[in-house]
Amino acid sequence: MADAGTKKTTHARPLSPHIGIYRQQINMVMSIVHRITGAALYVGTLLLAWWLIAIAQGAPSLDLVNLVMGHVVGKVVLFGFTWALIHHMLGGLRHFIWDTGRGFDISSVNRLGWMTIIGSILITLAIWFVALHARGAI
Amino acid sequence: MSEKLRPTSSPTHAAIRTPLAKVRGLGSAKEGTDHFWKQRLTGLANVPLTIFLVWLIARYAGTDHATVKAAIQQPLIAIPLLLLVLSGVYHMRIGMQVIIEDYVHSEGRKLLTLALNTFFAIAVALTCVFAVLKLSFGV
Repeated sequence: MADAGTKKTTHARPLSPHIGIYRQQINMVMSIVHRITGAALYVGTLLLAWWLIAIAQGAPSLDLVNLVMGHVVGKVVLFGFTWALIHHMLGGLRHFIWDTGRGFDISSVNRLGWMTIIGSILITLAIWFVALHARGAI
Repeated sequence: MSEKLRPTSSPTHAAIRTPLAKVRGLGSAKEGTDHFWKQRLTGLANVPLTIFLVWLIARYAGTDHATVKAAIQQPLIAIPLLLLVLSGVYHMRIGMQVIIEDYVHSEGRKLLTLALNTFFAIAVALTCVFAVLKLSFGV
């Protein structure tokens, strides 16, 4: 199709200045982070599957999950999982606002971006505080 | 400009498609907004379901087997958990497909990663659903 009658030639064509020269802006960073957290959650579903199948298998399997996830490394992973989940959710809610046609002016876009990052951190900390407090850990 | 020469005008579009393109099934599949809409639909469902998941994990992660088993056996926990798995896995499969289509350009590798994406999504979903149902039905 595309090759019919034309040969691919490789000229060193000038490229327009791309993302490399842009100052990082909150909206572009949040967009990238939304994609990264989505990909991380994709892998993170393995943790949920592991947990559920271990419960179905029996106490010895669940003990292993609890041992790994109870370790400091497991807790850091779970904390990151919580944050990714909340951040991706807030990013999605931001998209729902845009889907209605609202919030496209620069100040709203910037405000929504900052709300996403700050909100995700605060909500994640709140979840862990409440969860640890309910267990009497703090 | 003559109507016939405009490739974007749909009534005459069929007329200018080559027989080869027709055979290959190229062109619009009339499903342009399908993934966009389903990403929103599952995303909306995922909001309450994710809040439920966070509660479930915060409450039961790390607890002993008897406690967590008894919890997941309850219908009011098992049902939202199953809904979360189905909606979440569908959502992530579409999302990962967008990522693959953005970054994997070789046709063969793209086809392979898209297939692996589907396999992964189905495997995760089936594993979770199987585990929850097994616990719920107590076999």
